[in-house]
Amino acid sequence: MTKDPTNNDPTNNDPANNDPTSNDPTNIYANGQAAREEGFTSSREIHLEASFLDNLARRRVQAKVFALAIQLATCMALLALGILVWRIGSQGLPYLNWNFITSFPSRKAERAGILSALVGSATIIFMTTIFAVILGVSTAVYLEEIASKNKFAKFLELNIANLSGVPSLVYGMLGLAVFVRIFDFGRSLLAASCTLALMVLPIIIIASREALRTVPPSTRLAAAALGATPWQTTYHHTLPAAMPGVLTGIILAISRALGEAAPLIIVGGVTYIAFLPTRLTDSFTTLPIQIFNWAGRPQEEFQSLAAAAIIVLVGLVLVTNGIAIFIRTKLENKNRW
Amino acid sequence: MPIFPLKLTPPIATNSLKAAARFKTRLSETAVIRFLQTCAWISILTTIAIVVILGFESLVFFKGVPLLDFLTGRDWSPLIEPRSFGVLPLIAGTLVVSLGACAIAVPLGLASAIYLAEYASPKTRSLIKPTIELLAGIPSVVFGYFAITTVTPVLQFIFPTTEIFNAASASIVLGFMVLPMITSLCDDAIRATPRSLREGGFALAATKAEVSLDILLPASMSAIMASVILGFSRAIGETMAVALAAGSTPNLSLNPLTSMQTMTGYIVQVAMGDVPHGTIEYQSIFAVAGTLFVMTLSLNLLSQVVVRRFARQWE
Repeated sequence: MTKDPTNNDPTNNDPANNDPTSNDPTNIYANGQAAREEGFTSSREIHLEASFLDNLARRRVQAKVFALAIQLATCMALLALGILVWRIGSQGLPYLNWNFITSFPSRKAERAGILSALVGSATIIFMTTIFAVILGVSTAVYLEEIASKNKFAKFLELNIANLSGVPSLVYGMLGLAVFVRIFDFGRSLLAASCTLALMVLPIIIIASREALRTVPPSTRLAAAALGATPWQTTYHHTLPAAMPGVLTGIILAISRALGEAAPLIIVGGVTYIAFLPTRLTDSFTTLPIQIFNWAGRPQEEFQSLAAAAIIVLVGLVLVTNGIAIFIRTKLENKNRW
Repeated sequence: MPIFPLKLTPPIATNSLKAAARFKTRLSETAVIRFLQTCAWISILTTIAIVVILGFESLVFFKGVPLLDFLTGRDWSPLIEPRSFGVLPLIAGTLVVSLGACAIAVPLGLASAIYLAEYASPKTRSLIKPTIELLAGIPSVVFGYFAITTVTPVLQFIFPTTEIFNAASASIVLGFMVLPMITSLCDDAIRATPRSLREGGFALAATKAEVSLDILLPASMSAIMASVILGFSRAIGETMAVALAAGSTPNLSLNPLTSMQTMTGYIVQVAMGDVPHGTIEYQSIFAVAGTLFVMTLSLNLLSQVVVRRFARQWE
């Protein structure tokens, strides 16, 4: 043994004195030396040890490259969001003013506004939420509290899982055939609301069921022990306890319905409406439909109007989410077990 | 939860007020439960209605256009004479756009899922995960606007032959729409694998990259496959971004830089044009929607099968 290979004496870095036993993991001879000292005797073992260390350097580089690559990929997703926000902000903000919000759409870009679209969206969302919440929460309660184990419930569960994967456009076709024609609502606010309600129903049902499931069984048992009927138990105890989760589902449903345009176009959303709706059977337009119309035009001014309308739309979604998150935190603090 | 008996027992033959009150409670109880049951039926009726309506209108359509011509025809020109209803160009457009979207969303989504699950610190994770999920909350039509105003000019700068409406820009934005779903599903799957798998890997001197790629990815493969199928199905059914960006020329080609019409794009085009009920164009959108419904439904069922069949139970 000429030299201890683990000796990292910093003074011994003279290149002339760089003997083959220095602590370089890529140097097979040196590694062989290290291996011999650890008790490996056969040359095959020495070779294996050497090639392991040899590979190790390469594998460590691979690991570093991999870590870098996945960080880069994550950054790509964030970057896309960043560019999107910047693009919309820079193009839309100059066009966003009070006139834009209080004017009707117009053929002239400088006079066009989103008043009818805004009112249309608000009306439709309001009614959609009422329909969808009543139907969705009731279904969830029925599935989770009343008939949790029978065959009908199992079938229903499968059915809801499949409904949640149906493209929004297909709901539009359903609305067109059922609400517009068979129920004869016409191409109206009412038909649009019913269509959207059916579309967001699975979201509310799934979220509400999850929420009801997190309520501890002891709550129900205690109520039952005091003689409460299933519905009394649900209405006074289980449902209020599950409210934060139910609300989360409702928010998700509202933001989905706010941004959805495809089913409404099929049900018959019009892009040019210069009056405010007074009855539920009036024709309608919504913000996403208006954006679709403007963004599809070749003129730059209309695309800027689309960007401005997008800011309003995304703002509305964020405000809705904000209100609901506020209510949820309040409720969460109120009931704890 | 316990199943409560749903029986309406009449009050015992006494004049006691208590018994009457109890009867009243039971009566309203039954009414409420009947109401809940009716609501539950609505979602089943929705499914039935979708199938019946798409099926019925398609049947009427297939009386005028033979099914074989529809499925194998290579020319789609329903609005101009001579009419021709071969759905292949629409299916080709849909597949080119959706496969392109998956080509972006799957590698990026999987990579960011591995990063979030294995590499990111809890603080970074709590910042990045909600930001990526924000992407999922952006309406489809906004992505369409982005494709037209930003992605297409960039593509035209790189490939000057790019048309104004092109499948590539739709694919790119669709990829970023599908990405959050793939990321969060894969992230959940990777995080659900037991810690012992990682420790075993490190004990055998595997690097972190090797543990992630060779141990954790195969271990959560079923969920990853399912998320990819779901993402693909979502891309097929996506409408507004595609209708805006991909154009309205049915085109049986594989060149993503040209304008292509997808199935969803066609339906929107016809719906915007206010086609009267009862015409063959009107029925054709039901036939196309039926094809779309069958495709997405089978993909969704397939993903459920993948999860159920190949899922591993960690003790």
